Amino acid sequence: MGFLTKQAPGLSGLHRLPSGAFTVDARGNLVSSTLPHWVPEVWAVQIGQQILAVFKGAAGVRLPFCELRVHYAAFRITARELRGGAIIFLSPKSAAPPLPPS
Amino acid sequence: MSAQNKILLLDDDEQMLELYQALIEQIPSHPDVQVCNTGARAIAMLESEPFTLLITDLRMPKMDGLQVLAIVRRKFPQLRIVVLTGVPDEEYRSRAYAQGVEMFWQKPSSAEDIQLFQDCIEAMLDRSTQTLEGFRGVQSKSLVDLIQLECLSRSSSLLNITRGGLVGKIWIQNGEIMDAATAQMTGEEAFKEILSWKSGNFEILPPDPGRARTIHISYQGLLLDSAQALDESKGPPAGTGPEAESLTPGGAPTGLAALGRFEGVGFVLAIPPDDNAPVDSWSLENSMDVANWARDAHRRLAKLGDGLRAGQFAGAFGFGLQEHWALDAQEQKGLLCVGFRCALTAEQVEQTMKHVFDKWAS
Repeated sequence: MGFLTKQAPGLSGLHRLPSGAFTVDARGNLVSSTLPHWVPEVWAVQIGQQILAVFKGAAGVRLPFCELRVHYAAFRITARELRGGAIIFLSPKSAAPPLPPS
Repeated sequence: MSAQNKILLLDDDEQMLELYQALIEQIPSHPDVQVCNTGARAIAMLESEPFTLLITDLRMPKMDGLQVLAIVRRKFPQLRIVVLTGVPDEEYRSRAYAQGVEMFWQKPSSAEDIQLFQDCIEAMLDRSTQTLEGFRGVQSKSLVDLIQLECLSRSSSLLNITRGGLVGKIWIQNGEIMDAATAQMTGEEAFKEILSWKSGNFEILPPDPGRARTIHISYQGLLLDSAQALDESKGPPAGTGPEAESLTPGGAPTGLAALGRFEGVGFVLAIPPDDNAPVDSWSLENSMDVANWARDAHRRLAKLGDGLRAGQFAGAFGFGLQEHWALDAQEQKGLLCVGFRCALTAEQVEQTMKHVFDKWAS
């Protein structure tokens, strides 16, 4: 819960929502990432830990699943279980319609 | 033109379900055969729509077949029941017949057995059609009637009565009222409180012989006291006393059961915003465990969104090999967690959840 309380200001320091993917192992350690360089590593780790906690909690109540989609008003997180860890995709939702091909 | 017969097939073995579904669908009357793999789901399906026949296995994890029979026999007295078991056991056989099953079948092992089984099911359906107007039990009764029936027949059971968010329980052992409880009260006080509820739903659960006795008055005296207390406190107009108000034993789909009618929905769990308030579920056995997990998952994901400035939480979906689930929140009503059958695609789950959530929230 430290991430959600004490360290949350660090997250809100981000001025825009990142797009990309990263993988975490079963312990929540960051394994690989395609996130932009301005996204701190600890930030991805903290998201990964929350997602893994949801996966593990569901398995504990006999609701095991292999893909998680979380929708927010302006963002989407998709996570797939990966040998106890997860691959996590971050996708900002664009308010503007896609640009027509030039 | 008679309506198509509907059969509910209950077995924890998915392969057996598929096999028997195919076998029964072949019989001349071509019944609509629906399947489920847990007792809780079977009861929820029986509550949602009328069935002509229940075919159930006996040995299943969690709620076994005899427990299912005990509940189904009382809630749906006119439902015909066939037991289909892989393990012939005299004790099980006699206990099943004592619960009022029509037939006790060992799972067919030869072509002749299968043919005989199909013929028997066809004959039962035929009989069901002919006796559809018959009277095999009382489906709608007042709570007072129900307690009198239980006590007169010297039954042992646990009555679970719900009225909106209120939950009451009455323990009956060998026809004696042992105890009663609501969220705030126990004993006689709780019993009178429950009897003052004018409407709601009840279900008859297996007895709890370990329950300590706190009520020592006979059931007649207790019902009389309760009736007097009601008269004194309310003075109801003629014809609107508690006996005139019927509870609905598993009755027409209301609340969460109505949500269970959406295509592909496997369970529904409504979790109020107050952590201490009781949860409401349909077709879910471990509702408290799932509710605790859902609260935790929602807190984590909502705060994650807050930390990211990603905007309001707008739902989470889990896709599994056996089952899918969806979770969404509304400030006033709390959380809604819905299970979906794995046959649905991710898009179908998201779309159906939207409809289910809108209906619940409205």
